[in-house]
Amino acid sequence: MQPNINAGVIVMQNRNKTKMKIQDPEARIKNFREVALGYSFEDAKEEAQRCLNCKNPQCISGCPVNVDIRGFIQEIKKGNFENALKIIKNTNGLPAICGRVCPQEKQCEERCVLGKIGEPVAIGRLERFLGDNFSIRTEPPSKKREEKIAIIGGGPSGITAAIDLRKEGFDVTIFEAFPKLGGVLLYGIPQFRLPKEIVETETNELKNLGIKIETNHIIGRSLPFEKIVEEYDAIYIGIGAGAPRFMGIPGTNLKNVFSSSEILTRVNLMKAYEFPEYGTPVFCKEKAAVIGAGNVTMDVARTLKRLGAEEVTIIYRRTENEVPARKEEFDHAREEGVNFLWLTQPIEYLPDETKTLKAIKCIKMELGEPDSSGRRKPIPIEGSEFILDFQMVVEAIGQKSNSVLKAFEGLQLNKWGYIDVNEETLQTNIENVFAGGDIVTGSATVILAMGAGKKAAESILAFLNEKKEVKTL
Amino acid sequence: MNEIIEINCIANLTYEIIFCNGEICENSKPGQFLILQKDEFSERVPLTIVNCEDGKVRVIIKVVGRSSLEISEMKVGDSFKNVVGPLGNHSEIRKYGNIVCIGGGVGAAPLLPVTRELKKTGNKIISILGAADANSLILDDEFEKISEKLYITTNDGSKGKKGFVTDILKELLKEKKVDIIWAIGPMIMMREVTKLSVENAVPCWVSLNPIMVDGTGMCGACRVHIKNEIKFACVDGPEFSGADVNWDELISRLSQYRDQEKSATEYKCRCDSNAK
Ligand SMILES: Cc1cc2nc3c(=O)[nH]c(=O)nc-3n(C[C@H](O)[C@H](O)[C@H](O)COP(=O)(O)OP(=O)(O)OC[C@H]3O[C@@H](n4cnc5c(N)ncnc54)[C@H](O)[C@@H]3O)c2cc1C
Ligand SMILES: Cc1cc2nc3c(=O)[nH]c(=O)nc-3n(C[C@H](O)[C@H](O)[C@H](O)COP(=O)(O)OP(=O)(O)OC[C@H]3O[C@@H](n4cnc5c(N)ncnc54)[C@H](O)[C@@H]3O)c2cc1C
Ligand code: FES
Repeated sequence: MQPNINAGVIVMQNRNKTKMKIQDPEARIKNFREVALGYSFEDAKEEAQRCLNCKNPQCISGCPVNVDIRGFIQEIKKGNFENALKIIKNTNGLPAICGRVCPQEKQCEERCVLGKIGEPVAIGRLERFLGDNFSIRTEPPSKKREEKIAIIGGGPSGITAAIDLRKEGFDVTIFEAFPKLGGVLLYGIPQFRLPKEIVETETNELKNLGIKIETNHIIGRSLPFEKIVEEYDAIYIGIGAGAPRFMGIPGTNLKNVFSSSEILTRVNLMKAYEFPEYGTPVFCKEKAAVIGAGNVTMDVARTLKRLGAEEVTIIYRRTENEVPARKEEFDHAREEGVNFLWLTQPIEYLPDETKTLKAIKCIKMELGEPDSSGRRKPIPIEGSEFILDFQMVVEAIGQKSNSVLKAFEGLQLNKWGYIDVNEETLQTNIENVFAGGDIVTGSATVILAMGAGKKAAESILAFLNEKKEVKTL
Repeated sequence: MNEIIEINCIANLTYEIIFCNGEICENSKPGQFLILQKDEFSERVPLTIVNCEDGKVRVIIKVVGRSSLEISEMKVGDSFKNVVGPLGNHSEIRKYGNIVCIGGGVGAAPLLPVTRELKKTGNKIISILGAADANSLILDDEFEKISEKLYITTNDGSKGKKGFVTDILKELLKEKKVDIIWAIGPMIMMREVTKLSVENAVPCWVSLNPIMVDGTGMCGACRVHIKNEIKFACVDGPEFSGADVNWDELISRLSQYRDQEKSATEYKCRCDSNAK
């Protein structure tokens, strides 16, 4: 069926997405439970009906891993939920996760033709619905290959590469630094946005597939990189860009100045929101500032609200039109009473007599000409400095590559400290080593990291096939 | 793996734990540490690797708060839920000449493997161990074996000389040619030793123990200014040249979570270390 804009009835009835139940802001800032509660069976069917089943669906080309979106939605319409999930799982191993955290409004949903006249089909919510309510038991593959593959880093990128390579029958081992798989999904994105039980359910399937998992292994420290390169036929590095960046302004090492990573790691990985039942504490004061405006910034601000901060203020050097966070997170932060201070840049943290943060000295900014990225560059307004009292501040201005990477001997890095790869194949300067995800691109998104894992899996397969041919010749 | 095969109280509130972990043994070098977590609910606790032999790792832990107390109460046969290591950079071991090795309190534990290796490399070792009192002194017998001379100081004079390790160091620096100092202990001790080393133009290594969470460079809790540049002690250290460290800032940051931590003084030693 062609998208028929003239079918006035459909347009009138379905201009908006089927609403998803969410926890009321008043209630939710007092708990860490999930904010968005998901679709019921009826909701999902209703929403699926809105899909026009376009002959030439644009949504699919908007998905970095090309999920057959039209295909799975048609199955939902028919009530064949398991088939629908199977279709997604052909290309995306983590639907319950992606349904929750992908920036759909900039990807699949942005291209949906319904978006031209109202809201697009709620593709993310439907994906989440399937991931949450159905499961397909994964079995070890029937194919068998002798070659051993090591995956360094158990984030979305490494997990995706591992699944695809295991399906080809390889002997695959994931080495992960933390006690559990998930990467940022586990220690970065908070419980109220992505419950850790879901990450665990989706990553547990890796074991059913027969993937070996070695947690508590930091390659380059607890196991030398050279050893892995020697012992495995191919290696994929997906270690993320986990090291926090600091602005480095005076006062950075005062007490009560934190990185977003510290707050989020304590809360998410170590469950500090349940201190003292869990042993790891986290710090929170009534009046808190968070610097930045990305997903991480929103996550920290909303976490602090839940930990009991009365006044949380996000300080950003551009305006609300440039906010890089996912729209839903920005909206939710607003609903939860987070304050925003636009066009403002901190320039110094001021201490009290005990070397504890007392106030932040800021400067006003204005937007100048667009820079190379197309965004208008913020420029400080001379003489506009002012001082605001805060009891704590968290910097959420982005991550960089971890200096453990220096111990990956022989591996070529670029000038920003990320791994240098061939963009087509994701191969590094070491023949049997491939890399992708945040450690190649810098902080990006879950789905892009997964896309890189897929691409690398294809390249590794081709690489090992070629080697095998040479051997048998 | 990670099963405890020995746990002994070796001094006031100080426990020696030996557990199995072949991989750590295979890969660790002096100066490195590990992080262990007793169970799902526990904090991640960084501890220096004191010995590694035949797949057995030895650590020494002083009870200063909730997590160290929990660990000290574990029994032979219990296992740690998670152990990751070795972490951090290993020490710069080479031939320096005359070395003064200074251990304060439980700092003697991390100092021991470094001193042992320095001795093996042909250095002449003079050791100074400092403790609050005789009951808190650890590893003096092991230091005795590898040192040309071992000095002991206690704050109350119950063993060795009454006073601080710096009292002895001051004298030594006057009398002898010292090529390098290695100091591990409470931050304040390391700061004072560093001051003396700078005054006498002798290089000095210290090992920093700021608050850590992941220990892998991903949280920034352990950050410290080294020569005015932010470094993470867990991946860029833990050993640094004492003269490069911003001590006052580091010492103040140690108390970041004080409100949440119970005072260590609430804990009483359960072993009879008076027998020592
Ligand atoms: C707070 C926060 C919120 C975010 N919100 C969103 C969102 O809503 N939507 C979205 O699409 N993206 C979001 N992102 C970005 C997204 O999470 C990342 O782009 C994505 O996780 C990158 O995946 P990765 O696999 O490359 O790396 P990571 O997820 O960082 O995983 C890397 C893994 O490697 C492990 N590792 C590191 N070093 C080693 C080593 N030496 N040896 C062994 N293992 C190692 C790490 O422990 C980690 O588990 C967010 C990021 C953060 C920090
Ligand atoms: C690289 C390194 C090596 C170490 N080696 C040893 C060792 O060999 N033997 C030993 O007894 N101790 C060692 N420590 C210190 C030990 O990790 C802490 O004493 C322990 O974590 C305190 O936990 P707690 O809950 O018992 O005390 P808490 O009540 O939580 O805190 C008491 C004090 O201990 C310090 N502390 C608290 N949490 C941490 C943390 N996560 N990391 C570091 N310090 C913390 C703080 O100064 C705090 O004020 C080392 C620390 C580091 C960073
Ligand atoms: S402990 Fe987290 S960065 Fe060092």
